[in-house]
Amino acid sequence: MAEEMLEVSVWRGAAEGRFVAYAVPRRANQTVLDLVSHIQQRLEPGLSYRFACRVGMCGSCAMTVNGKPRWTCRTHVARVAGADGRVEIAPLRNMPVIKDLACDLAPFFDKWSRARGRFAPTQTRTDDFAPVAPASIQRQAADAGIECIGCAVCYSACDVVAWNPDYLGPAALNRAWTLHNDARDGAHTARLAAVAGDAGCHACHSHQSCTEHCPKQISPTLSIAGLKRASALAALKGEI
Amino acid sequence: MTDRLGARLWLAQRASAAMLALCVAVHLATMIYAVQGGLSAAEILGRTRGSITWLAFYGLFVLAVAVHAPIGLRAILREMTAWRGRSLDLAAFGFGLALIWLGLRAVVGLFR
Amino acid sequence: MRPSIDLRGRGHAAYWAFLIHRLSGVALALFLPLHFWALGQAIQGPQALGGFLDWASQPLVKAAETGLVLLLALHLTGGLRVLALEAGAAGAMARATILAGVAVGLTIGLMFLLGVFA
Repeated sequence: MAEEMLEVSVWRGAAEGRFVAYAVPRRANQTVLDLVSHIQQRLEPGLSYRFACRVGMCGSCAMTVNGKPRWTCRTHVARVAGADGRVEIAPLRNMPVIKDLACDLAPFFDKWSRARGRFAPTQTRTDDFAPVAPASIQRQAADAGIECIGCAVCYSACDVVAWNPDYLGPAALNRAWTLHNDARDGAHTARLAAVAGDAGCHACHSHQSCTEHCPKQISPTLSIAGLKRASALAALKGEI
Repeated sequence: MTDRLGARLWLAQRASAAMLALCVAVHLATMIYAVQGGLSAAEILGRTRGSITWLAFYGLFVLAVAVHAPIGLRAILREMTAWRGRSLDLAAFGFGLALIWLGLRAVVGLFR
Repeated sequence: MRPSIDLRGRGHAAYWAFLIHRLSGVALALFLPLHFWALGQAIQGPQALGGFLDWASQPLVKAAETGLVLLLALHLTGGLRVLALEAGAAGAMARATILAGVAVGLTIGLMFLLGVFA
């Protein structure tokens, strides 16, 4: 029997470019990343793309697959290829394309920094461990958002980012919310000041595209809702 | 710099939304009830003239919508057009004032 | 070229809910000044109001009114969902909640339609 082939259209170029079709043999349990690697190793050595761990931990292999942002190492071809055997692979949206499937993620991570997505310690190594009750509301709120791998799928899916380039985006705001719920962190007020307003959490329209596409089943929409309440209250009280 | 304005506008829009949810529900119920069998001027004015409850309710309704609508339009214009900054904020504020003027004029007219 | 508007990642219920909410909101905001102005003109006395109501009893105007009632009802149910979501209710994100809101909105519109054309 002849080998079953997939028609894989891959974006070539940067902001300007075009889709180039490659024929890739279909295999059992094949992932989208396997398709890209096959093309780069056998058909087009000049193809640029990013990956590292291949097991859904590092967050570096996200691409736009058939129009939807996905982590390619954990996306099975069987889930995305239609009966016609076609797959379309493009770089993520809302970030500059460096070449082919590789985006420049600097603006994405710069916004984590602007949202004060860094833990601000309040204790030293000589202090005792901070007791954090697993059942506390804060701990559970942090738990809900803490598994983020920084893959930028949500950022790529978000229309508010596309409409308002200053908007911090779902991942940075989700990170800010987890830290806001960390009892050991000492920068809560400064963080609320950083995430409030038209370029921050209050610009979110709850499209839920971030929540819809997040490969870790995190709901940035709910995290951002928490920040909206906390920072609007702080602005009302004059704390920020 | 902290964007207090954006945060406070969000709060004002949500607070007015909560108020409007109540007003709109009553307004819709009234309309569905009143429209049965056709409307007449005597019937409408009979309900509205001299009723302090009616005046207070629709007065609040107008004020809430005059807060709610301009904030929404401002957000949409910021996203869909290049219009930003003070001139947009003032235009939205002006739209709110116009709604208050036109709305209260209509409410007071039906009350008198 | 990649299409600038790609609908494939935006087909989920919450995105439709957003579209309904935004379009109904814009339409209502533009209609409001007209609504207030027309009422303000019509209430120069019972006679003027009667004349306005005669005009408003034309089928086309009734149909437009029904459309506005529908938009208002959908903006109400969609808005309640947004308020609940932003208050932290995860259930407000569910597809079933969105569909329920649209169903209630359509029912209100239908009730008005049946009343106004009865």
